[in-house]
Amino acid sequence: MTGASTAARRNVPAFDVEAVRREFPILSTTAHGKKLVFLDSGASAQKSRAVIEAISSVYESRYANIHRGVYQLSQFATEAYEAARVKVQRFIGAGSPSEIVFTKGATEAINLVAATYGVKFLKAGDEIIVSALEHHANIVPWQLLRERNGIVLKVVPVDDTGAFQLDAYERLLSPRTRIVAVTQASNALGIKPPIAAVTRLAHAAGAIVLIDGAQGVVHEPVDVRAMDCDFYVFSGHKLYGPGGIGVLYGKTKLLEAMPPYQGGGDMILSVSFEATEFAPPPARFEAGTPPIADAIGLGAAIDFLNGLDRAAVLAHEEALLAHATAALSAIKGVRLYGTAPDKAAIVSFTLAGVHPHDIGTILDHEGIAVRVGHHCAQPIMDRFGIPGTVRASFGLYNTLDEVDALARGLAKVREIFG
Amino acid sequence: MSGLRELYQEVILDHSKAPRNYGKLEAPTGASHGHNPLCGDTVAIYLRIKDGVVEDIRFDGRGCAISMASASMMTEILKGRSVADVKEMFERFHGLVTTGHEACEGGFETADLDKLVVLAGVREFPMRVKCATLAWHTMKAALAGEADEVSTE
Repeated sequence: MTGASTAARRNVPAFDVEAVRREFPILSTTAHGKKLVFLDSGASAQKSRAVIEAISSVYESRYANIHRGVYQLSQFATEAYEAARVKVQRFIGAGSPSEIVFTKGATEAINLVAATYGVKFLKAGDEIIVSALEHHANIVPWQLLRERNGIVLKVVPVDDTGAFQLDAYERLLSPRTRIVAVTQASNALGIKPPIAAVTRLAHAAGAIVLIDGAQGVVHEPVDVRAMDCDFYVFSGHKLYGPGGIGVLYGKTKLLEAMPPYQGGGDMILSVSFEATEFAPPPARFEAGTPPIADAIGLGAAIDFLNGLDRAAVLAHEEALLAHATAALSAIKGVRLYGTAPDKAAIVSFTLAGVHPHDIGTILDHEGIAVRVGHHCAQPIMDRFGIPGTVRASFGLYNTLDEVDALARGLAKVREIFG
Repeated sequence: MSGLRELYQEVILDHSKAPRNYGKLEAPTGASHGHNPLCGDTVAIYLRIKDGVVEDIRFDGRGCAISMASASMMTEILKGRSVADVKEMFERFHGLVTTGHEACEGGFETADLDKLVVLAGVREFPMRVKCATLAWHTMKAALAGEADEVSTE
């Protein structure tokens, strides 16, 4: 299967991956003297020239602190920062820019919800449901809340294909369920839970829903209002944007009811030693000077994606996934994990008799960057009884040839290990 | 590729596929668990010391070829040695895989050290040095009677 044929079948324009690759300077570098084959975008994606230049441009000509200065430069920076917020709002279909809180990343966004909404509104015995597919970032914050509030954490199991068990989820829902926190796409396996049904059932049970979009937002258009989720989080760095910036989307009525996350400057209306009045969202949750250039860089990453035909990008990624699944399945000793049909462009696998770390080292010498280990998702590794896998996670700039390079790299592993 | 071939020499692959002295030891005088949280490798070392000599040493656990081979080779080399020799060997091995130089001169047969020199290839792979040293650190803890888990981090 090729990207072009998939595109044709789906009646979307062909996606010019070579043109896109030229926009990412790092893709023309080498590793160990070999052409870099970067298959670790699920950990952190590479940055386009547009993003790199947007950040440089802030520091070269538009940088000052925001929301403070009366001078022109500060106004420029403030406008650019707030414009980035509007870009995020439109990108995920939120109703208002005030529903977009900038955070350090998806991890901080989930911690923020646990530490504010969770601490204020959940009591001992209240229940939070997550799935077995979650990244540690969507497990540990709830465990910290459990230590503090005595909440009960329940886990939706997956079947042997990695598929989210909707019937088990329905049975876990109870009148005590307050929060359902589920990934849009598993970082370790790529599996996509049925978010629409998850959200509908949670709301019917009176619970709110947090979607971890760290992987999901990268691969498909997101509309938080159509999803009807209450919170949605993602990181800029996986979306071809800079590190250190992420997003918490929250419905206005929830954000307004939440206490501050951290105290400091920029999140208050007035401060005296007797009493402090907090600013409304989103400022209430953005204490201190934010990563201004990085927020603007995230806006540039969104502009870059909006400049592409996202349906064609998705078709291209589906072609990469299909080709990788077929090519790896054909290799003796390869076992794929996460074989359920609804998946993001991630393949996770083991090779019989060879530890993932040894595979990673050998592939590295072929210039191929993959992630090996538990992918910060140990519970799902335990579910399958393995310490870890090799994971190839594809970005929009990957090619079918790179998938073939991965298959050749695995042949090299076999050659060495016999 | 030369670096890779040096790292994955036949002897290392052989030890990783068919580890020597694998399993638990009855009535050990010292035992310790080691863990590398970055990759999930685990190793347990069981020692029986009698009259200042390693009478028996075994290990179990799971991990990459480097960590398993290193543990296997270590048990082969340390069996029958005096505790003083074991401690010195630890230093020499550590020097070998981190700097390429033995940390100090000791009274070993050259052949003993040659067996370990095959692991010196990890020097070129900074992310993998801990794979080679995990078993040794865990052995040292077992020798010292430290029951707490050894972590590479």
